[in-house]
Amino acid sequence: MKLSKKWLNDYISLNVTDREFALGMTMSGSKVEGYEKEGEELSNIVVGKILELKKHEDSDHLWVCKVDAGQPELLQIVTGAQNLKVGDYVPVALDNSVVSGGKKIKKGKLRGVLSEGMLCSLEELGLSINDFPYAVEDGIFVLGDDCDKTLGKDIKEAIGLDDTVVEFEITSNRPDCLSVIGLAREASATFGVPYNMPEIKNKGGEGEASNLLKVRIDAPDKCYRYAGAVVKNVKIEPSPRWMRERLRASGVRPINNIVDITNYVMLEFGQPMHAFDLRYLDGAEVIVRTAKEGEKITTLDGVERELSPEMLVIADANKPVAVAGVMGGEYSGIMDDTTTIVFESACFNGTSVRRTAKKLGLRTEASARFEKELDPNGCLMSLLRALDLVEQLGAGEVVSGVVDAYPKVKESVRLPFRPDYMNEFIGINVSREQQIKYLESLDIKVEGDEIIIPTFRGDLQQQADIAEEIARLYGYENIPDEPLKGVAVGYLTDYQQFLKDTNNLMLSSGLTEIITYSFISPKAYDKICLPEDSKKRKSIRILNPLGEDTSVMRTTALPSLLTVLSHNYNNRNEEAAVYEIATEYEPWESDDRLATEIPKLMIGLYGANIGYYELKGIIEEYLEKIGVSRYDVRPVKDNPSYHPGRTAEIVVDGKAVCILGEIHPKVLANYEIGTRVYAAEVDLNTVYELRNTERTYKPLPKFPSLKRDIAVVCDKATPVLSLQRAIENAVGKNLESVKLFDVYQGEQIEKDKKSVAFSLTLRAADRTLTDEEADSAVKKALNALSELGAVLR
Amino acid sequence: MKEKIEALRLEAIEALSLAQSLQEIEALRVKFLGKKGELTAVLKMMGSLSAEERPIMGQLANAVRAELEEKIESRKKELKEAEIEKKLVEESIDITMPGNRRRIGHKHPLSIVLDEVKDIFLGMGFKIATGPEIEWDEYNFEALNIPQDHPARDTQDTFYLSENKLLRSQTSPVQIRVMEQQKPPIRVIAPGRVYRSDSVDATHSPLFHQIEGLVVDKGITMATLKGNLADFAKRLYGEDTKIRIRPHHFQFTEPSCEVDVTCFRCHGEGCPMCKGEGFIEILGAGMVHPNVLRRGGIDPKEYSGYAFGMGLERLVMFRFNIDDIRLFYENDLRFLKQF
Repeated sequence: MKLSKKWLNDYISLNVTDREFALGMTMSGSKVEGYEKEGEELSNIVVGKILELKKHEDSDHLWVCKVDAGQPELLQIVTGAQNLKVGDYVPVALDNSVVSGGKKIKKGKLRGVLSEGMLCSLEELGLSINDFPYAVEDGIFVLGDDCDKTLGKDIKEAIGLDDTVVEFEITSNRPDCLSVIGLAREASATFGVPYNMPEIKNKGGEGEASNLLKVRIDAPDKCYRYAGAVVKNVKIEPSPRWMRERLRASGVRPINNIVDITNYVMLEFGQPMHAFDLRYLDGAEVIVRTAKEGEKITTLDGVERELSPEMLVIADANKPVAVAGVMGGEYSGIMDDTTTIVFESACFNGTSVRRTAKKLGLRTEASARFEKELDPNGCLMSLLRALDLVEQLGAGEVVSGVVDAYPKVKESVRLPFRPDYMNEFIGINVSREQQIKYLESLDIKVEGDEIIIPTFRGDLQQQADIAEEIARLYGYENIPDEPLKGVAVGYLTDYQQFLKDTNNLMLSSGLTEIITYSFISPKAYDKICLPEDSKKRKSIRILNPLGEDTSVMRTTALPSLLTVLSHNYNNRNEEAAVYEIATEYEPWESDDRLATEIPKLMIGLYGANIGYYELKGIIEEYLEKIGVSRYDVRPVKDNPSYHPGRTAEIVVDGKAVCILGEIHPKVLANYEIGTRVYAAEVDLNTVYELRNTERTYKPLPKFPSLKRDIAVVCDKATPVLSLQRAIENAVGKNLESVKLFDVYQGEQIEKDKKSVAFSLTLRAADRTLTDEEADSAVKKALNALSELGAVLR
Repeated sequence: MKEKIEALRLEAIEALSLAQSLQEIEALRVKFLGKKGELTAVLKMMGSLSAEERPIMGQLANAVRAELEEKIESRKKELKEAEIEKKLVEESIDITMPGNRRRIGHKHPLSIVLDEVKDIFLGMGFKIATGPEIEWDEYNFEALNIPQDHPARDTQDTFYLSENKLLRSQTSPVQIRVMEQQKPPIRVIAPGRVYRSDSVDATHSPLFHQIEGLVVDKGITMATLKGNLADFAKRLYGEDTKIRIRPHHFQFTEPSCEVDVTCFRCHGEGCPMCKGEGFIEILGAGMVHPNVLRRGGIDPKEYSGYAFGMGLERLVMFRFNIDDIRLFYENDLRFLKQF
């Protein structure tokens, strides 16, 4: 909402600077986004009069003028404009002046002739033809009689370009503040200065409006009130300068006197107005009804729109002439030959207007206001104000009386006045009298123990709402700071601690945390080579996505991870080691259920010294520290995103905890990554379920251990883990540990075979083991290994 | 004999002082004190001495032996130390060369600040609550006093997933979930992802993070809200931080406010970062609307509460002087490794 300070000053006289005004209003609840002085960048431009006009000797289009600009000497100025004559009053940019856009003007020569300044067009003053309709386009602005023609006068004052425009952010609960009067009321309450309402004089003319116009409301649930008035012998012309100025300051383009009046009243009172040509109203009756199925209307913007039965229209006997509260119909507008008009000041149900505007894709200034629920009690005053302005402007002859359909008068809300509760709730101590003062300054009446809320304050419905009014006028900044009392213990739940531990373990493993979008492109499933029939392709679609790339909720976070790695690879980051605790979204099973959100620990690595075993090492370390000790590692050959020979699954109690491996080269190609990438996806819920965080102390060994090394030769394909398990099972409880220390393939060994060497540590808890016992343990281990085809090397 | 012993003594001492290795010292020890050593040989001749002389000479010889033994030991020690000293000198390295680092990963800047915020509130007795990102329309809006077709919905352009489900546009639905599950006193924060259909640019992202807070108890007032948030701001931004609260409007709080903190750069003087205001807005807050309390199953006659919400990205951008929100989600390591 842009507020003209000049306009505001009509109704309240404040003795504060612009900055104080802005701060005061902000702190009392009407947030000022900023303020701007009109024409602020213009400087040293004054009113001048052309005394002489001669053709430039060396040019066929330049003119040399003698100008009296109220300076000690007459000025010589060269101009290219063709619209000037001797005696014209014009804006003169003097030597060392600044015109719109920050352009500096200095004296100089034009084709050899001295020019001591510049004559200005409207554009050079930051204005347009809408501000001064009598000016010519592409020419110098010749001041009309609505300007001050004192020679040498600052142009800003002379043409009324000296307003201050204050930009407010008005919240949706306060449509009453989308108006000059509303803000005058707020300013009055804020600064403790009374405000006045505009004086509405309405002489009224001949005839009787109700003879010319009938109004019928067929849908009173959607139209609370419809008031209309008639103006005859309308003379369409530009409105006067003061009105144009205020519209401009409010960000509204002046058009003609009638349209400007409707806008002026809307800005002043917050009530949208509509004016239409009575000629086109068949049957001279306004019928407010819902649209008929399939009914169409071409709106003012020239677009044909199909209406639906829940939409409210303003209709005549035959057709809709306006979409109620949204936009008028094509032929209902004000034209140059319009003679008799109807002013409409109506009040519609906010939800209905909002739905209609949304469905038609047609948000207008009027609909934006109506949808916030306006006050039907304000309709009549606005209508009368419009008629008053018609008379002031001499824009036509007002027909006596108004037609006013108002089936159910809106009553004031009454609430009990509870000053003690207010103090208690806010945490302050303000006397009853002072509270009454605050409320009365907002035109809220207090009668005995009752608060009577004016109908334009639809946002005030309960005690908490009243508390806000008192608090903001008392000043939020004056409320004391009270500490939070009482004892409470803050702690992380086990699950939260688990996630925190997971994060810390990842960081200490050298992985950097990434954060990715939850939505992806459906094409991502192709990029990771997910089979056509994969369940994971069934993802939740966003009905109104920003674009295809962010249109589905990921069922796998792998594409997000690969996108990040691809970005880094292609930005020449030589290595990457990243992780994310990422959510995957499984579609809901039925409409009455929500989606399943599954947390995954995603890990991705690439770089010179990075391979499968580096990844596996991170996973092993993580699982051990987080409390998952015994697990199986199984090959995964059929996951199309991963390398079939370098991918594993970690399984505990038959449950897959994690997949880890090298990304399939086809997938890498799809992501334009030219290096091997290793990734893991850990199902955190399963880890959380399986983990055992209990630790029991075992006494340190009292007896010495014996070490034995075993080297065996077996098939290349035999998993080392199966050999290790065989040793563990064969040796039993005296085996303290078994560690792989070498795997060898090459010249010394048969093709398709490998040599595997383990180091065994043997120890008994209750005695010193003998060498014989150790040797027998080794024998047992070798027997078990031979069953797997592994023979002593 | 006495002269002989004294001569041996002097010879031995001289030889010891010249010895440069442990081997030489050992050889000297054998030479003088060994079974066949020279001092031993002299002692063997004791028998030829008179009974008066014998104990005197014996005493002398033993004293010399003891002295030489001690000299040998101390010379050994000297040499050992010199040897260690020498080795240490040889082993000197360039201690300015870079260390072989155990790489530790970098926390995402959003997590750095979020963890700080969590710690501050945990310290004030808050717990951490969570809720689904895919949420019921009812929880995201209606339950928070934002009915269907309410204009307040405009300020949050929402991604819909079905007739009744959406991507939550705020963390506030967690308030309702907490109240449904827990009776007062309540002190929680609820950080999480939220979604709005804002086109991506330097300050907008369709996905961002909010931190919601909710306190419900007997006797909670706006003064408590103010005190608590002032405390929070001090702990997050330093003791000299001040807050400024301004009236605002949210559907689910009444009275509502926006909270500014003194600008971190100019400390309230006014600078380009705070657009000359001296203050920067960091959160929205207010007293929980009675309709919302009722919806959460809490009697507004008995209890009152306040709620607040802040945008994490905004906090982090101010903290680290980051000018483009997209950097958070692009995850370029050259960016992440700065934190």
